[in-house]
Amino acid sequence: MSREGWINLAVLALLAGVPLAAHAAGEPFLVTLATKVAILGLAGVGLNLALGLGGLVSFGHAAFFGLGGYATGVLASHALNYEPLMTEPFALEGTTQMLIIWPVAIVLSGLAALAIGALSLRTSGIFFIMITLAFAQMIYYFAISWPAYGGEDGLSIYVRSEFPGLDTLSPLPFFGLVFALLLLALGLSHILSRSRFGLALQAARQNEARVRAVGIGPYRVRLVAFVISGMITGLAGALFADLNRFVSPAMLDWHTSGQLIVLVILGGVGRLFGPVAGAGLYILLEHNLGHFTEFWQLPFGLLLLAVVLFAPGGLIGVLAGRKRHG
Amino acid sequence: MSLILFIEQILNGLQFGVMLFLMAAGLTLVFGVMGLINLAHGSLYMVGAFACAAVAAATGSFWLGLVASLAAAAAAGVVVEVTVIRRLYRRDHLDQVLATFALILVFSEGVRWLFGSFPLYLDPPAMLSGAVELPGGILYPAYRLAIIVAGLIVAALLFLLIGRTRLGVRIRAGESDREMIAALGVDIDRLYTMVFALGAALAGFAGAMVGAIQSVQVGMGEPVLILAFVVIVIGGVGSIKGALLGALLVGLTDTLGRFLLPLAFEAVTDPASAKAMGAALASMAIYVLMAAVLVFRPTGLFGARA
Repeated sequence: MSREGWINLAVLALLAGVPLAAHAAGEPFLVTLATKVAILGLAGVGLNLALGLGGLVSFGHAAFFGLGGYATGVLASHALNYEPLMTEPFALEGTTQMLIIWPVAIVLSGLAALAIGALSLRTSGIFFIMITLAFAQMIYYFAISWPAYGGEDGLSIYVRSEFPGLDTLSPLPFFGLVFALLLLALGLSHILSRSRFGLALQAARQNEARVRAVGIGPYRVRLVAFVISGMITGLAGALFADLNRFVSPAMLDWHTSGQLIVLVILGGVGRLFGPVAGAGLYILLEHNLGHFTEFWQLPFGLLLLAVVLFAPGGLIGVLAGRKRHG
Repeated sequence: MSLILFIEQILNGLQFGVMLFLMAAGLTLVFGVMGLINLAHGSLYMVGAFACAAVAAATGSFWLGLVASLAAAAAAGVVVEVTVIRRLYRRDHLDQVLATFALILVFSEGVRWLFGSFPLYLDPPAMLSGAVELPGGILYPAYRLAIIVAGLIVAALLFLLIGRTRLGVRIRAGESDREMIAALGVDIDRLYTMVFALGAALAGFAGAMVGAIQSVQVGMGEPVLILAFVVIVIGGVGSIKGALLGALLVGLTDTLGRFLLPLAFEAVTDPASAKAMGAALASMAIYVLMAAVLVFRPTGLFGARA
């Protein structure tokens, strides 16, 4: 196994081990913190597909994260009030079943990614960054000014959604659920990156002209990658809303998009486990710098600057050395 | 709906658009000449507003505050360019986004640390308080009118600077071929620092002017920054002319959308839900405009390259 492989295994073991140990030691807060790492890691795995493999610098992934969150929030609020979501053309009831909420969140964020991607991918470079950002802001402002689901105040979810056979309200089973989804997403991401589709996607990033020359249209490949990426991030958003039992426009805010990019970069862009390592590092820093000073974002900003300027490979890049190709 | 109210809204839209232009001009210059996407541009806007508010509070003079805002924003621009931005010109856009995102965190937390989380208030100068009567009996706040005039003057000066001066020639030459002007003996590093400082000063000026009609607080630059991005996308990256047209389009669309859409919905539904639907759709109007422009011209109205 390569050095990066061992590091990946260590990251995984650490992420699974900490909550187990914390649970045994009676520290439920640490379990919740680890759950947050796993969820942000999952969102990062989604973003990494577009950003790392496809080289698509999306500054609007908060849109999918937030839409996933609102899928949980809106369905749960309708289930609580026994009010159907709509009655025509077909009846749609609210629900608190994760097995229904997840597909809804995935489909919703996938459709949003399809619409945003179809327009944004007509452009590239700096335009793409600004346009994805602008579309995410559009959804953000819509969420703020649409009063039906809490508007600016957000929406509380009174009971965490249910999963058959599990007590999702206690921290450890919920972590297990999130962890399993993270593993699935990592597996999918690994398979995709090795598949014909993934190779075409990476080739389009490295040399678009050649990809065109061999008869592959980069637009469709990128669009599919962008949609899958949005779906995974949307699923993470649904879980995040369930973790906090609260969803608000803050999830759609552009700072969230920035945060997602930051954790992918902190961990190592384009690396399979980069987002997970980055999410761990991010939460660790947020938590510990927060102890030192109320103004923790100042040292964090400086650290981030240093990483960008001097350690472009991120955490896994520093530990595992340069990538052989990519 | 009265005509007077409508004209007032158009003036508000113009005022908003002119301020957006000052932000967008700096952004688009920096991108056009140096190829850099600068998220921290909104922080320079905030620095200008805080400098103006602090100096105006200490000396009692808004005009000294305005001078301070230009100086502080330009100085902050020079420091940032020399220490950080300069290393980013050769990097890819992702690194630029991240590093300037980090700068936002540093600036915002730094300003919060210095001034606290509570907003500061900045009064417009006494000679511009009150309203002026425009032809047709329209009363309009003198200060807002002054913003429109000041913004248009700055825009004219900027066009003169770019089109008619030696510095402007160098900036335009830098846009089209940086190796060539370096070979001709122009000090590229200094030129870049000057362009960045110019953009920063424009942002600081906008921040100070707007600070007197809104509150001066941490994070005030971010919504404006994103709107300035929309302006640039509509106008075409690198084009000052495009930035002006885009800024006025965005300013008018946003202001008139907020005014007209709720009225339009009142014709079909009850007033309460008309207001809600109108407000929700109006907040999306400029993004719909942007999408529409993109469908027909992916590089913006005046954009030459992607």
